[in-house]
Amino acid sequence: MIYINDVHKSFGELKVLKGITEHIVPGEKVVLIGPSGSGKSTLLRCINLLEIPSSGTITIDGTNITDPKVNINKVRERLGMVFQHFNLFPHLSVMENITLAPIKVKKQNEEQAKEKALELLKRVGLEDKSDAYPIQLSGGQKQRIAIARALAMDPEIMLFDEPTSALDPEMVGEVLEAMTELAEGGMTMMVVTHEMGFAREVASRVLFMDGGYIIEQGTPEEVFENPQNERTQSFLSKIL
Amino acid sequence: MRMHVWNAICDGLYKTFIYQDRWEWFLRGLGYTILISFTAVMLGMLIGTLAALGKLSKIKPIKWISSMYIDIIRGTPTMVQLLIIYFIIFAKVNLSPWIVGALGFAINSGAYVAEIVRGGILSIDKGQTEAGRSLGLTSSQTMLYIIMPQTIKNILPALANEFIVLIKETAVIGMISNIDLLGAAKKVQGRTYDYLYPLLGAAIIYYAVIKILSILLAKLEARLRKADVR
Repeated sequence: MIYINDVHKSFGELKVLKGITEHIVPGEKVVLIGPSGSGKSTLLRCINLLEIPSSGTITIDGTNITDPKVNINKVRERLGMVFQHFNLFPHLSVMENITLAPIKVKKQNEEQAKEKALELLKRVGLEDKSDAYPIQLSGGQKQRIAIARALAMDPEIMLFDEPTSALDPEMVGEVLEAMTELAEGGMTMMVVTHEMGFAREVASRVLFMDGGYIIEQGTPEEVFENPQNERTQSFLSKIL
Repeated sequence: MRMHVWNAICDGLYKTFIYQDRWEWFLRGLGYTILISFTAVMLGMLIGTLAALGKLSKIKPIKWISSMYIDIIRGTPTMVQLLIIYFIIFAKVNLSPWIVGALGFAINSGAYVAEIVRGGILSIDKGQTEAGRSLGLTSSQTMLYIIMPQTIKNILPALANEFIVLIKETAVIGMISNIDLLGAAKKVQGRTYDYLYPLLGAAIIYYAVIKILSILLAKLEARLRKADVR
């Protein structure tokens, strides 16, 4: 589904990704772990072209998205993204946040879009908040709305960029729960997170990144119980 | 003695405002001042928004033209701009002075509005654009539905201030015609040979108009702020 081939990314002099090659198959739940600055978020952001790779190619279902001629917007319609800081639109109600893109991009009529939005709100347990504005919501609620907003575009792949890092500890659970539910429904997911419990429970594969490379990967059991690389061992020993 | 001063004041006021219905001159002048200001501020916002978007554009020639426009207008006196527009650009065209004035002030105000709008757009968190784009919205849709509505709310106080500055600035139109409020005062002064009452009258009318406008704009702003708390 996603082929990442020798992707490099530099910000000026700073090399953040130094050659990433990876293949993600449909239905996989890939969790990226690693220390800050290791390139996890950058890799995720390259996949929906919020960052343009400096070199290398990324192919999604046969479309080379790193080709400058490709229609970025069409590619992004198939990818949902959830951000660390939610990035809800503060001037729009919850309902409008969710229905904006389906109406403007997918040209759905308002009725259709609202119906779908209500369904999604029910799924994340916030059907009573459709008329609320983001400022009235807690962090956990905002992030669940952000997930619903991404799902409203019917993406094939969901990307999560540290979705629980900006949350108060007592709100992490509700967001992880929504993500677990999504995973159980068969969604292809890539998740950058520091929640090792979630990685262990939900991931079909864990990638450990450090210094711009994928150092080690495997099933959660392999990576967490029996890490082979020294750097993985030292990282895990510090956080587990 | 006291009686004498009182008589002089009454006589001055009478000659300035009552005699030959001269209050009508002031009223007509005020009408033009408001008409010119309002037209200029509306056009100025349009020009300013376009120039702001132009300066932020990735297309080099558009960026260049917008930057040049803002730079030149902000770097030259309003009075010089107005004279150039009236006596050079529209020299051969027979347009009413108030239209030329409104156009001149719009072009002038647009450059200041452009910087206000540009600052407003840049102050919106980058995550908003990323969220919009990640949902598949184009960059213009993101600008229109996500960035601009938030920008306008944030820059409203600065725009209100620009409007007030503009009203006062329109007095410069006297360089090309005496149709405005200050012009009325000057015409009356030409008849009465007395500076005090016409100029004081004009000043008081300017002040009153701006006071009323300030209060209205503050009310509007408070209402928008209220919507934040909801």
